[in-house]
Order: sequence, then C-alpha cells, then structure tokens
Amino acid sequence: MAKEMLTGNAAAAWGVRLAEVDYIPAYPVTPQTEIIETIARWISNGDMDARFVTMDSEHSMITAAGAASAAGVRAFTASSSQGLLYGFEMLYTVAGWRVPLVMVNVSRGLSAPITLEPDHNDILAARDCGFLQIHCETCQEVLDSILIAYRIAEDEKILLPVFVNLDGFLLSFTREPVEIPLLDDVKKFLPAYTPKHAFFRSGKPMAQGVSVLGGPIYSYFKYQMHLAAMNGLAVYKEVCKEFENIFGRRYDTTDGYMLEDAEYVLIMMDSFSTLGKAAVKKAREKGIKAGLLRLRLLRPFPERDIMAAIKGKKAAAVLDQNISIGKGGILHSEIAGAMFNEKERPLLLSFIGGLGGKNISPVEFEFIFDTMINAEKTGVVPEPHLLYTEAEWKEMERVKKIAGKV
Amino acid sequence: MNITPIKSIKDLPLEDNLFPGTAMCAGCGGLLALRHCLKALGEKTVIVNAAGCFTLLSIYPFTPFKGSWLYTAMASAPAGAQGVRDALDILIKKGRIKQDEDLKVVVLTGDGAAYDMGLSSTSGAIYRNLDFYYICYDNEAYGNTGFQWSGATPYASKTGTTPVGKFNPTGAEVSKKNLFEIWRSHKPPYLATISPAHQVDLFNKFKKAEEYKGPKLFISHSPCPPGWATDPSHSVKLAKLSVDTGIWALKEAIYGEVRHTLVPKKFKPVEEYLEGQGRFTHLFKPVRQEDTISKIQEMVNEYWKGVKE
Repeated sequence: MAKEMLTGNAAAAWGVRLAEVDYIPAYPVTPQTEIIETIARWISNGDMDARFVTMDSEHSMITAAGAASAAGVRAFTASSSQGLLYGFEMLYTVAGWRVPLVMVNVSRGLSAPITLEPDHNDILAARDCGFLQIHCETCQEVLDSILIAYRIAEDEKILLPVFVNLDGFLLSFTREPVEIPLLDDVKKFLPAYTPKHAFFRSGKPMAQGVSVLGGPIYSYFKYQMHLAAMNGLAVYKEVCKEFENIFGRRYDTTDGYMLEDAEYVLIMMDSFSTLGKAAVKKAREKGIKAGLLRLRLLRPFPERDIMAAIKGKKAAAVLDQNISIGKGGILHSEIAGAMFNEKERPLLLSFIGGLGGKNISPVEFEFIFDTMINAEKTGVVPEPHLLYTEAEWKEMERVKKIAGKV
Repeated sequence: MNITPIKSIKDLPLEDNLFPGTAMCAGCGGLLALRHCLKALGEKTVIVNAAGCFTLLSIYPFTPFKGSWLYTAMASAPAGAQGVRDALDILIKKGRIKQDEDLKVVVLTGDGAAYDMGLSSTSGAIYRNLDFYYICYDNEAYGNTGFQWSGATPYASKTGTTPVGKFNPTGAEVSKKNLFEIWRSHKPPYLATISPAHQVDLFNKFKKAEEYKGPKLFISHSPCPPGWATDPSHSVKLAKLSVDTGIWALKEAIYGEVRHTLVPKKFKPVEEYLEGQGRFTHLFKPVRQEDTISKIQEMVNEYWKGVKE
C-alpha cells in the first residue's frame, strides 16, 4: 500500500476522519491547530460527514465534546498545553460521565515562562483524571492510536475517555511516511458507536452527571472508574491484536528497542524516543549493552509489562521530559513505585531532559549510559540529573547578561 | 405567530414536569419559577445544569424531573447545551433517532454562573445562535455557598462577602450587573425577565419563545429566604413587591426590541420591598440610612423614566 507524507497533526486528522467521527467542537491552540483546520476543511469540502463548532474556550470545548458523547454521538477534540489546563476541570468531569470521548493532546511546555515547544508536563498533569493515555513516537502511530483509542473507549468494560498524545513540533509538524488504512478495513475494526449506557432522547429520560451525597457513593463511582481503567490493560492487548490482524502493525503497552539482551535500559516516552533509539544503537557500537523501553500506554499503567521488561537488567534510567516541581521526574516516581516490592530489580536512575523542547544531544545520552555503568560498578545511585550541555549553559549566561541579570 | 396567551392561572396546565420532595429550601422562589417554566416547556426536555443550588435537584439515585438531566460544571452549561443540541441534530440527520425523539435543550443556572463565571460560554452560545432555552434563577448572590456577593447582587445588599460594618455601612457598594442588556447586545430571538409571582406572564413568555429558533433566554428574579433572611412564606409577596416597586421590570426583547410586559399603574416605594428583608435591615436599623434608600429609589425612578420616554 502506498504511503503518504503526513505531519503528526495531519495523521491525527486522518485518524478522526477514518473513525467517522460525528462531532468535533474545537478551539485553536499551537501546536494543535493544524488538526482542527484539516478536519474543518474536509467537512467543508464534503469529505467528512460531521459537525464542527468553534467554541469560546477549551473549557467549553471539552464540555461540548463530553456532552455530545453523553448524548450518544462519536465525538473528538484536541488541545495542547495552556488549552488543556484551561479546560482541566472538564477532564475529570467528562471522565466521570463515563463517555468514550477521544482527545488528542499535542504536548507543549507550560507557562510560566510561556513557550511553544514540547515537554510532557501538560499531559502528565492530566494523569489522574480518568482519561486513559496512549503516547506516540511516530506519525503512523498517531493515526493508528486514534482508531485503537475509540475501540478501547467504547468497550463496555471500559467506557472512559482516551487521550492520544504526540509531541508538539517534533512530531506535530514533522512529515513521515504514513500508511492511510482503507475505510472498509477501519469499519471492520471499529464499528459504529451505538451507546447503551448514555444518551438523551424523549421517552427514555436519563439523569447524567448527578450529584452524590456521602463518601460511600462517591467512593463507589470513583473506584468503578479505576477498575474500568485497569480493565484497559487486557482490552488494550485484545484490541491491538485485532488491529495487527487487520492492518499488520503491532502495538504493545510498551515498545522495546534492543531490549532483549540489554543490560542498561533507557526509559522514555513519545517522539524523543527516536533520539534515544539512535543513542542506543551508537552505544551498542561502542560495546555497551544498551536498550530502550518506550512507554506507550501510560494509563492504565502497565506495571507488570514494565517490570518484566527491566527484570534482570543491571540498571535502568528514566529520562523524564517533565518536572514535578519540588519532587523531580514524574515517570521515575511511577516506575520506582512499581519496583518497590520486586525482589530482583535493577538500579533506577533519574534524568530530566528535553524540557520546553530542549534538544537531547548524543553527548547527553552518552552521559546517561556512562552514569548507569558507573552506578552499577559502584553500587551508588547518583542524585537526579538535569541534562544541560556546556554550550547551552554558556548561551544562558550570555542571554542573562543581555537581560542585565549578571 | 398564532399563540393565544393564557389569561389566568386557572389556564395553566395541571401537569407538572418537576415533582416535589427536592432538597431545595422552603420558599425557594427559583424552584417555584422553574416549576412553571417546565409546565410551559413540557416533558421532552434535557436540562443542562451549571453548579448552583439547583445542582442538588438531582441527587443519586433520584431526579425530580420527567425529562432528562446533565450536570456539567459551573462555567460551561451553555457549552454542554451546545454539545447535546448538536448531538441530537446529528442523530436526527443521520437517521439514528426519530424526529419525535427530539428534546428541548434547557440550560439551568443560578446568577453566579449566569452573571459571572459562565458569561463567556453563554455569550458564545448566543453568538453561535444555538437553539436552546436558558433559565437563570437569580437570587442575587452565590446562594448555594451561603450567600456571597455576585455580579447580580443589588446595591446595598448585605452578603457574606459584603458584610456591613463600621467602615462599610452600605453592604454591596456597586449596583447589579445588567445581564438583560448584556444578552440583548447579542440580539437573540427571544429574551425575557420573569417572576415566580407572575406565572401567567411567565407561561406566555415561554410559549411565545417556542416560536423562535435560536437562543431563548429567561432571567427569573428569585426570592431566597435563607440568603435574603426572609420568612419562606413571604417569597411570593416579595417577588410581587419587587415588580410593584419597579425594582424588577418584567419585559421581553425580540431580536433586541424591548417591550415591557407589565408596567405598574402606581409604583410602590422601594422601601416597602427592602424593609422586610434581612439583607437590607442595616438601611433601617439602628439608624435609617436615608441617602442609601433614596439612592435606590432614584435608580428605580431613573430606569422607568427611560422606559416612559
């Protein structure tokens, strides 16, 4: 099948088009806007039979998307960074409605200081809200993940909204060859949405999103959400198997690169993993038994798969492209928590890099591997490191001087 | 338009679409208004609610409505209405539900959401010409949190956040936001003020609004016994007095053209309305604040002078 050169954003739009989404409330925000512009153009041309509405804010946008989903249509929306945070209240709300909304987040750092470039603090802020999360490294994966996301979200064992995450700029604006599946194949994989649990129509009155009084009722519904999310681990695997049978592309909860015989494992997420893989290859050339584990499904958290992947390794380093101010790398905490009761566990190191789109250069990756080897040799795990090169430091000194702060 | 307006409360439908036994306070003016709004709207409704007192109407596992309900959040009920309305339109257009399964989409909010936090989403929905009803029960403060100052709080009202004290003998120092005019600037097809004490006027306005596609907006002045510090049995009397003193003007605007639906023949002095309410007692006791009372009277006179001209 022929492949087309598509940006990550265009691939996302293609996923929405092939999923035959009915309704897209939208609000522009860099670097997501290309997704909604592409969809708007297709609807205007008659290539997509859907309704598109530009809302007055992301808060309104997520409300409208969730409400439409609660009324029984297949809905989609997308946001990024400040926009995601502006609509944050509604993420928890829509997840609590148990409606199968699929939303793309194009990752971008958070203000202040305001920036356009990517890191994962936006999407990780939404970690606990009840949306499941799929993280993508390639444009192909973006398209495919949207189809997979609807299947999972609409599964009766789950009925939770799903995020598909891609990095701003690095993936949103990067063209890669993407195979666009045939609509007939997609229809076999993703049948039309016919809700049994949430809809509005006369003759069948339904109260949704009602208030509760008392902890026991609240606890019941919250824990139901958690159990449903945990069902996602098995459902995700079934759905991905079916996806592979139809489309020939295989997705697991995690993605391993040169992992099997690796002794030193780098753990990453999203598009910077491509840089990590190149670094692993280079390390291998130098005789270091390096490997990479990319987290693809972040919610539900595939704890067992992650443990199995790093079991027996000498050391693992989590490269967090985020920072929990006052704590450190978020993924590092999550993985450390998962490891605690494991009898056989590698040393776990923490690195923070790529904040606000800062490049991670080959030297920085080399530093990570060297640090892992040294930790394994000495048995001493160093304090978390911020990746920052000498040249970057010098440049920072220069601009501080201009700002009159030195 | 071929609607014959009803003339008396005897002509109101007996059927209710809002049942009793809710958790609302005794004498809630907003609830009385809502009951009559729903008599006019019928049972084929989906109410999209914003955070406020009325969020406690549907408490799991109960709902007092014959129709459907969706609680959204404080700021975005009109956006929720957009999603529901659009979804219903899509389902009908694509033949997935029948036309007669359609519902009227009704936003239900208090004044905190309508005047303050939800103004952006309301403006957006009106601007997009969303086909929906919007009911604001205006009790002139954040009632559900115990009566704090909102954009709807009138001049000189005591609230939890405008307490009367040595340095502020007045209470709220600015006058109520003019939500009617904010909405009217969007030129929606139908816009009206209503009162729970004027059910015939209320009912006829809803029936008239039904003839229009697009935003149909209603603000109901809503006596609030706990907040206003009044006796629950006085709510209807106070709602009447607010109209008779000219404080609450009953009017409608069709595509921006204003018409007053009830002009009192002889206006009662404002103090008759103010005096019986705990939130205004400081204007009368321990010392009568003549200037403040006069200022309120002047504000009312000024408004009606504009109407008569």
